[in-house]
Amino acid sequence: MSDAAAAHDHGHDDHHGAPAGWRRWVYSTNHKDIGTLYLVAAMVSVLIGGVFSFMIRLELQSPGLQYIEDLQFYNVLVTAHGFVMVFFFVMPALIGGFGNWFIPLMIGAPDMAFPRMNNISFWLLVVGLLLLMTSALVAGGAGTGWTVYPPLSNATFHSGAAVDFAILSLHVAGASSILGAINFITTIMNMRAPGMTYHRMPLFIWAMLVTALLLLLALPVLAGALTMLLTDRNFGTTFFEASGGGDPIFWQHLFWFFGHPEVYIMIVPAFGVISHVVSTFSRKPVFGYLGMAYAMAAIGFIGFIVWAHHMFTVGFNVETRAYFVLATMVIAVPTGVKIFSWLATMWGGSIEFRTPMLYAMGFIFLFVVGGVTGITLANAGVDIAFHDTYFVIAHFHYVLSIAAAFGILSGFFYWFPKMCGKMYNEGLGKIQFWLMFIGVNILFFPQHFSGMAGMPRRIPDYPEAYAGWNFVSSIGAYISFAASLLFFYIVIQTLRSGEKAPANPWGEGATTLEWQVPSPAPFHTHDQTPDMRPQPAE
Amino acid sequence: MASDATSKTHHWHVADPSPWPIVGSVSALVMAVGGIIYMHTGFIWGFVLGVVLTMYTMVVWFKDVILEAETPGLHTPPVQVGLRISFLLFIVSEVMFFFAFFWAFFHSSLPILNLVAGAWPPEGIEVLHTWDIPFLNTLILLSSGATLTIAHHALIENDRDRFLNYTLITVILGFIFLGFQIFEYSVAAFSLQDGIYPSTFFLATGFHGFHVLIGAVFLTVCYFRGRNGHFKPDHHVGFEAAAWYWHFVDVVWLFLFINVYWWGSSPLGHLQP
Repeated sequence: MSDAAAAHDHGHDDHHGAPAGWRRWVYSTNHKDIGTLYLVAAMVSVLIGGVFSFMIRLELQSPGLQYIEDLQFYNVLVTAHGFVMVFFFVMPALIGGFGNWFIPLMIGAPDMAFPRMNNISFWLLVVGLLLLMTSALVAGGAGTGWTVYPPLSNATFHSGAAVDFAILSLHVAGASSILGAINFITTIMNMRAPGMTYHRMPLFIWAMLVTALLLLLALPVLAGALTMLLTDRNFGTTFFEASGGGDPIFWQHLFWFFGHPEVYIMIVPAFGVISHVVSTFSRKPVFGYLGMAYAMAAIGFIGFIVWAHHMFTVGFNVETRAYFVLATMVIAVPTGVKIFSWLATMWGGSIEFRTPMLYAMGFIFLFVVGGVTGITLANAGVDIAFHDTYFVIAHFHYVLSIAAAFGILSGFFYWFPKMCGKMYNEGLGKIQFWLMFIGVNILFFPQHFSGMAGMPRRIPDYPEAYAGWNFVSSIGAYISFAASLLFFYIVIQTLRSGEKAPANPWGEGATTLEWQVPSPAPFHTHDQTPDMRPQPAE
Repeated sequence: MASDATSKTHHWHVADPSPWPIVGSVSALVMAVGGIIYMHTGFIWGFVLGVVLTMYTMVVWFKDVILEAETPGLHTPPVQVGLRISFLLFIVSEVMFFFAFFWAFFHSSLPILNLVAGAWPPEGIEVLHTWDIPFLNTLILLSSGATLTIAHHALIENDRDRFLNYTLITVILGFIFLGFQIFEYSVAAFSLQDGIYPSTFFLATGFHGFHVLIGAVFLTVCYFRGRNGHFKPDHHVGFEAAAWYWHFVDVVWLFLFINVYWWGSSPLGHLQP
């Protein structure tokens, strides 16, 4: 070990200071800087995706076509909104942002296993975002929805370059995520501090491990599917062309074999965040730690064998539908373990309602609402009626969009003092939470009603009968948008004039390793590996 | 592992800041945009530029990694464990990539997966003869796996000449395989545009062939690294990774041979719904 220090002096500046100027960020091999870059990218993306959803709600505020004359443009809005939010907001924030920042801090490692590869994961994400924005701007845009189903996405119905840009955007973003997943898994498997066994790792680390495994197994299948679509469009293959012996349904199988794990990729990291926040602000260890860990593993595993519940309307035989209904409902069991364990963690705790805790409790409420409508939709018979209605929109926005976003916000308020070294204004944080909570519920809850009444998704016009709930929904969207702006104000205000944060602003409930380093966390942490082995009683 | 008074006690390798990730990302952007321009206008040079830039990035990046591997104290035994884990994970992701193409094959050929499937092989498709070139290529690739294992044992026994010779034989067998595959493509009675059979056939075997090429290049690099004395009996992660990759490519071929070339071209393989 003695020559390790000598080996570091091959032509570089002081290893312990941050490299100065733009190189610090562009050439970065520091997990905290890269995590910050991911968080900034996610914030830019959520603004872009948020403007798209704002435009969608503006159009849907009343029946008839208000602002959007070109219906393909509406399709492009819907598509770009989905892609940006899934691949460039939720995933970069929860996985790239929090994962990079806190995996090494929590396991006692000096950095990620492959710091340089970590950097290319980030920059490939930026390239993916550029390609996606280009896809919305060229050749009339990609109006396929985020599911890119052929025949709509084939060369007949989208003959321009837009869908090709979208395909390559996902290819590049997928490569970024696969590299990130390899990095995360290797770091977690190999670099835990001595004594931190798998059964003693923080639950956020468990969440990131499960997420990274899902990424590793699901994204290459999407890559294969996208490649087939690309060759169908440009080189004359017929994977999804019935006229050439192919089958458009096969795209749906491939897409959802990726797509269902993908939705867990977005929510499992939030599970990890919520476990920490609930435990910290209840001043109790998480109830049923092992159950919580294995519930995430079980959710990840079951996530790979339920994909066809997204396709109940394509005409499966009854055995196939019965299997996918049953398998889907089984997910409720480990999910219930998680919900009840969070409640049991709070039970009897000395709960402090700081902003992160409010967001965590908001998460639990929203996730239960979305989970219950998920059980409803899991029934193949019911789904025939609900498929492609606003009920589905309401369901997956409750779980993925707003629950995942509440997970992000909970984690952000929880770890922001650690990341920037300053405390946000608690009063403003609470106001921001309530504004956001009220806004998103006014926005999405009425969509259950319009959906049950039969309002179809992805259509900019609707009959007079749906006007009431759509108007309410749009008002909710404007409130949520205002709450988002308030969030950005809080971020800027904290950075400019926040009070200095102590190493551990949350007190005895915050027990993980990241609270033992100063705030803001120095450029290099854990240069001396912490010893996590159980200490003999004194 | 003890936390003594020195400023750094960990044995991990934290790489220095590097320009290659951003260069590689820009290369990927050029390749993507160039590829789209090629597909829509036929102008190929943007794509070619992207490929060249990407290959340049790989060369300079891997050169840095090799230099670090040759610097004592950077690739410590725990770092080597990490490199091995990551390479196995990479192979797992590759397996899932091929999973998609095998699924395409079975979805098209097995009526229980696909209610609208027609006959398999589809009418009018004249399939390749399983026991001609495909079987010969199977023998070639399996032999190359054996010669590679001999090379690995020679390396562990510190017999450098034997190691180099057998690595070289493995590479040559890989290129012979590729030559036969190109020949097979050129004499096939169907072309890529002839429907679902050629679609699954050419993409599955084509991606496999591309992986054989990557593995052969990887082993060629190992050959020259071995000549420069980079590999020690107890420290040769690069060669180990190349060997794992080669065996992975080998196994994918066995699945291709059994399913696509053999079962998939025989009338016995067709199950009526």
